[in-house]
Amino acid sequence: MTYLAKPKLLRADAPKNTLGYTRRDYEGAISTLCAGCGHDSISAAVVQACFDLDIEPHKVAKLSGIGCSSKTPDYFLGASHGFNTTHGRMPSVLTGAALANRDLTYLGVSGDGDSASIGIGQFAHAMRRGVNMTYIVENNGVYGLTKGQFSATADKGSKSKRGVVNNDTPIDLVALALQLGASYVARSFSGDKEQLIPLIKGALRHRGPAFIDVISPCVTFNNHAGSTKSYDYVREHNDAVNRLDVILPRDQINTSYPPGSLRRIVQHDGSILHLRKLDTDYDPSDRVGAMNHLQERHALGEIVTGLLYVDSSAEDLHRHLNTVEKPLNLLGDAYLCPGSKALEALNASLR
Amino acid sequence: MLLAQHTVTGDSAHVKPTNIGAHDYFHKVVDCQWACPAHTPVPEYIRLIAAGRYSEAYLINWRSNVFPGILGRVCDRPCEPACRRGRVDQEPVAICRLKRVCADLKDDIQDRLPRAPENKNGKRIACVGAGPASLTVARDLAVLGYQVTVFDNGAAPGGMMRSQIPKFRLPDNVIDEECGYITNLGVETRYNQWVDSLRKLVDGEWDAVFVGTGAPRGRDADIPGRKEAAAHIQIGIEWLANVAFGHTTKIAKRVIVLGGGNTAMDCCRSARRLGGEDVKVVVRSGFEEMKASPWEKEEAIHEGIPILNMLVPKEFAHDNGRLTGVLFEKVRAEYDAKGRRSLIPTGEPDLLMECDEVLVAIGQENAFPWIEKDIGLQFDKWDMPVLDPVTLQSTLPKVFFGGDAALGPKNIITAAAQGHQAAISIDLFCRGKTLLERPPPMVNLVSQKMGIHEWSYDNQVSEEERKKVPVKALEKTLKDIKLELELGFDPYMACAEAERCLNCDIETVFTVKTCIECDACVDICPTECITFTSNGEEDDLRGRLKAPAKNRDQALYVSDVLKTGRIMVKDENICLHCGMCAERCPTGAWDMQKFFLQCAEAGTEVRKT
Repeated sequence: MTYLAKPKLLRADAPKNTLGYTRRDYEGAISTLCAGCGHDSISAAVVQACFDLDIEPHKVAKLSGIGCSSKTPDYFLGASHGFNTTHGRMPSVLTGAALANRDLTYLGVSGDGDSASIGIGQFAHAMRRGVNMTYIVENNGVYGLTKGQFSATADKGSKSKRGVVNNDTPIDLVALALQLGASYVARSFSGDKEQLIPLIKGALRHRGPAFIDVISPCVTFNNHAGSTKSYDYVREHNDAVNRLDVILPRDQINTSYPPGSLRRIVQHDGSILHLRKLDTDYDPSDRVGAMNHLQERHALGEIVTGLLYVDSSAEDLHRHLNTVEKPLNLLGDAYLCPGSKALEALNASLR
Repeated sequence: MLLAQHTVTGDSAHVKPTNIGAHDYFHKVVDCQWACPAHTPVPEYIRLIAAGRYSEAYLINWRSNVFPGILGRVCDRPCEPACRRGRVDQEPVAICRLKRVCADLKDDIQDRLPRAPENKNGKRIACVGAGPASLTVARDLAVLGYQVTVFDNGAAPGGMMRSQIPKFRLPDNVIDEECGYITNLGVETRYNQWVDSLRKLVDGEWDAVFVGTGAPRGRDADIPGRKEAAAHIQIGIEWLANVAFGHTTKIAKRVIVLGGGNTAMDCCRSARRLGGEDVKVVVRSGFEEMKASPWEKEEAIHEGIPILNMLVPKEFAHDNGRLTGVLFEKVRAEYDAKGRRSLIPTGEPDLLMECDEVLVAIGQENAFPWIEKDIGLQFDKWDMPVLDPVTLQSTLPKVFFGGDAALGPKNIITAAAQGHQAAISIDLFCRGKTLLERPPPMVNLVSQKMGIHEWSYDNQVSEEERKKVPVKALEKTLKDIKLELELGFDPYMACAEAERCLNCDIETVFTVKTCIECDACVDICPTECITFTSNGEEDDLRGRLKAPAKNRDQALYVSDVLKTGRIMVKDENICLHCGMCAERCPTGAWDMQKFFLQCAEAGTEVRKT
């Protein structure tokens, strides 16, 4: 790993998005993770997705917990809002932030330890409440910061670097998210940005809880033979159901597909999800079908990836709670604190 | 230019893996060294300057280009337009002026120079002319034990470097020092001696003759009024020589310089210093197409000299043998389908510019009045000697050419490069070997890795702007034609400028079998020059890269097939050589390795294969 900051020199023809930013403007500090960490590829994918979507960096809030994965928000979107919460508590802090200011795009970054162990309750409730967020789990199956102990997502029978076999049943966060009511559920692989970037773009433009489980090999502790989360293993067992293209309302659609090979989904904000089918029978609008497919393929040792489920008409927490449109910081003191008379009236109405 | 080799497998065209073992591949990545006619290892000496090791930096230069102090002031610097920094930043590294730094700040290096052996090898070589080409031949051969004799009609060595370049750009003491390093090698010099017959040399005691007589004749402007006003019209290079040797010390107040090359720039700036108050340069072509280097034009403008373009001289206006002005026709440039330019009169009335004196600097020609036509040395239809472009041997086997006399007027660095080649040829010739079996360059490629994120070169990329060389005040320098204008960089400026060098000779070397395709290098690369993708035809591949590779002059570094069936493609065009890919690589598949190439010199043995 390097201690030097990336040089600022750019080639003269570096592309700019409609806001006039280059891709480099969406980067953060230099990563301090191990060289070759899958997490850095996910950071690069987030940078690319935000650049492509012309997202204003100051309109993004990135929140994370504790762990290698939760360090990464420092390495992308250096000009965005950030909050490093306590271990496993990202979902509740994010929920609070989202309720206070719905104008920001919320990106929660977590790991398998942070979300599947200490924070599993938080994860579950954020999904079921329908918080409008993109929830990325950088899933490497081990605790990298503490020398590579198995995490709760490690597959039964997989081997640690020292040859110890894992006997515990893994938690499949994708299956949980489907069951708990996430309205956009995907799985991808840090080594396949062509798949991952559109999935992040689709999630950022989705209304409601969008969950992406990204398998992200730990080069230091979980990239050996016997691991089921190594670069080689994931490449060999990757079973993608579809390929996604996210098309913004401003984009022209020039490509054509043979009939039956494409599924077109319009999200609430007008963005279009073009799903090129790899598995012709797979239906990403069928939640129960998705759960079944996942279990069947898992039993065969395959890792199902792609956009697994999407409900484009989903509602979110704001709608459920009927919250005010304006962010609280724009409402003004008088509106936020209407005075003791109003309180008395409210109390009286509840007696 | 062939950038990547193609092969056809099955039904689709694929780019073959790059052969990094062919030393031209990495040499080309070092843009400055590749562009230098003498292939000076530029980044290597720039790093030594940054480290304050000026003498070592000087010696690297001295070996390759013989005249570092001179070239550090007046080189045509083909390296700078080629410099990679110019493609990712506003301006290239000030390579030329850094070269001057090592000449200015070095210690006494006399003891570190090679010496001629006591026992000579018995071969005698005559060099005609004491300019850069001849002196290079003399140096390269003297250290091998040849007895070299240099003839020149001047009183001191240096040739056009002494006679044509104004002293305010290149002081005599620099020429004396660097020519002295060569004459000190036991080279016999016969100054003030005009060689009037090649036959005498060929028939004489010489084993080989080298002709380095330059391009001594200035082209004249053959237009009406030339004869009548002859007393006030001078040929630029002859006038410059007269100024250089102190025969000419003043000039009229109103001067027109005809021509747009570097000689014209030297003429106008010299005229300014000898009393010319209203000095103009008038050029046929447009400003951009002028042959003068951009920085020389800038310096002329800095000294208050206007450059007027698109004006063709038509007539010298005169009155009783006194020049009164020059009549110009206004033209515009038109280009045909092949891009050839023709100058078309605009139809506007001709322009009469008044003046008292004209300097004609519209080109130089070769002249060999002393070479007999019947001695078996063939000349082509332009009256240039017929030469083998590689060996520089003429049709008379023992006669070799170099510098402006060989393939037409170029510059000092080309003369030095040709001098090296001629010396190799003469050595092979004298030893009875085949001239076309040239000795290969010395090439070395060594990893620079010192630790996980430590390299034996400074890989932090400086974001400083190009430093301007400080100059003396114009009021002073315009009064004294011998006062050197530029002060040169001080050590601090030199270090800051040297740090701008991107170390292009520290090459990125990729090993297929250790790569795990984790994308770390792709993610970290500041200029996005690395892509992992499927193979294809070169045009298609260039368009599919993460940053499309539009500069076809720059190669693609293509790996063999990886585990996933993809290949690694790196666009060499915009790589900053920062080493981040190698630092981020978990398996060491990327490594930063220093490529050092030293051109062969006379006496290097041809390797047996």
